[in-house]
Amino acid sequence: MTRIDVGSVLRHSANLPFSDLVTRPTGAAVRRCIQTELEALSEGDVAMLDFSRIGMMDYSCADEVVAKLLIALAGQDAHAGYIVFHGITDAHLEAIEVVLDHHGLALVVQFADGGARLVGSVTDQERAIWEMVYARGSAAAGDVTDISAHDPIELARILESLLQRRLLRHDGVEYTPLGPVQ
Amino acid sequence: MTAVIAVPASLDDLTFESVLEQLASHPADAKVIIDARHSTFATPYGLTALLTLAQTRDEKAEFLPPENPDTVSYWARAGFFRYAEELFDVRGHVPRPRSAGESDVLLEVTPVTKSDDVHGVVERIQERAASILLNNLHLESRATMGFAMTLSEACQNIVEHAGRGGWVMVQAYNYRRRLGGRYVVVIAVCDAGVGFRSSLESGQRRALSDRWDDAVALEAAVVNGVSRYGDPGRGQGLKGIRGYVHRWEGKFSVRSGTARIALIPSWEDDVPRRENLAYFPGAQLQIIIPEKVSVAA
Repeated sequence: MTRIDVGSVLRHSANLPFSDLVTRPTGAAVRRCIQTELEALSEGDVAMLDFSRIGMMDYSCADEVVAKLLIALAGQDAHAGYIVFHGITDAHLEAIEVVLDHHGLALVVQFADGGARLVGSVTDQERAIWEMVYARGSAAAGDVTDISAHDPIELARILESLLQRRLLRHDGVEYTPLGPVQ
Repeated sequence: MTAVIAVPASLDDLTFESVLEQLASHPADAKVIIDARHSTFATPYGLTALLTLAQTRDEKAEFLPPENPDTVSYWARAGFFRYAEELFDVRGHVPRPRSAGESDVLLEVTPVTKSDDVHGVVERIQERAASILLNNLHLESRATMGFAMTLSEACQNIVEHAGRGGWVMVQAYNYRRRLGGRYVVVIAVCDAGVGFRSSLESGQRRALSDRWDDAVALEAAVVNGVSRYGDPGRGQGLKGIRGYVHRWEGKFSVRSGTARIALIPSWEDDVPRRENLAYFPGAQLQIIIPEKVSVAA
């Protein structure tokens, strides 16, 4: 998994001696730098965006760095990579959740102990199925059908949606989480 | 003939209107004297709005500082004269301000013209604001990050939309006008730029209705999140401010042109919308976050 230290990107790409992600121009500069690094990923690779060294983040920066990055990643011309977010604190979430909700986006936050959480605009069904796949480590559609009460066709649609939103990925015929599972 | 504009004894967002009303009949190139000799109190809004007023005058206005030594000393500590001396012909002696950072003001009057200024403001205020919000306002720790975000977004309004520099100031004090002297933290961000109406017009974001004026433009931007930029991610800054202010039972007001709208908490009896005010260019924002008071069982 490729690790991108967003704090380091902020200090070098935006040339600022601060640890806070504020203002749109700063956010845009940081996002462009991250996008350049993501272009080096191979098909199916996962990048971990590490916010551990970021102090606070305002709404404008959350929109520029997080939302626009996810939108670009979901675009047709996007490189086929995945992103997990690490080092996210409640202070970051305040802004991130607002912009994710605004755009109807979602992302995966990975914790230091290996645990993960889905953040953003997802339905209860999407969250439940994502958590089911995460708990198993990987699952084929049939496996999830066996342990859930969902209609198989609806289940397939939800799994495909989670895949297209890059909240899960494919490993052969199975759906798997983006990050390591302990 | 030089007009004398009297500054009220207590200068805040509402009493500042009397200054604008007196100025209304005097064009920008007319000679005026801003007489603050009898002022004894000024909020961050009052001080930053006075500097903004100076920016609107083609003919440099004279300024008579407060006579009360405590008042003039406070205005100096707040950094007001550091910029007033550039913008006004300040008459008489005013105290020399101490170096920035030694003041008892949470954030002295600070110019905001570019994105880097916002970084500086946020960096400077976080530690001191956290202490005030936790210890004096008794808010939860998550309020401190939201406060910095709110301040950042308010300042960015200048950088993104005003077209010229403005001012920010933050102070904590006992709010005597309401709340029975409860502690509040007040953010004031004022500029003399293009204002909300012109900003939206420049982005072809005028509402598709017959009525189009400062009040409608303010409502579109502040309440409905319309931005002059077509980017769908825009408009979230003011929305975020509204959310933060609502969560902590604060007050948020925005004045632009001839109108002012405000989100009014239960403890305040202000009106949500004022129209046909004396014209004042740019945008003037004020955010008040009050002390949290436990409800007795």
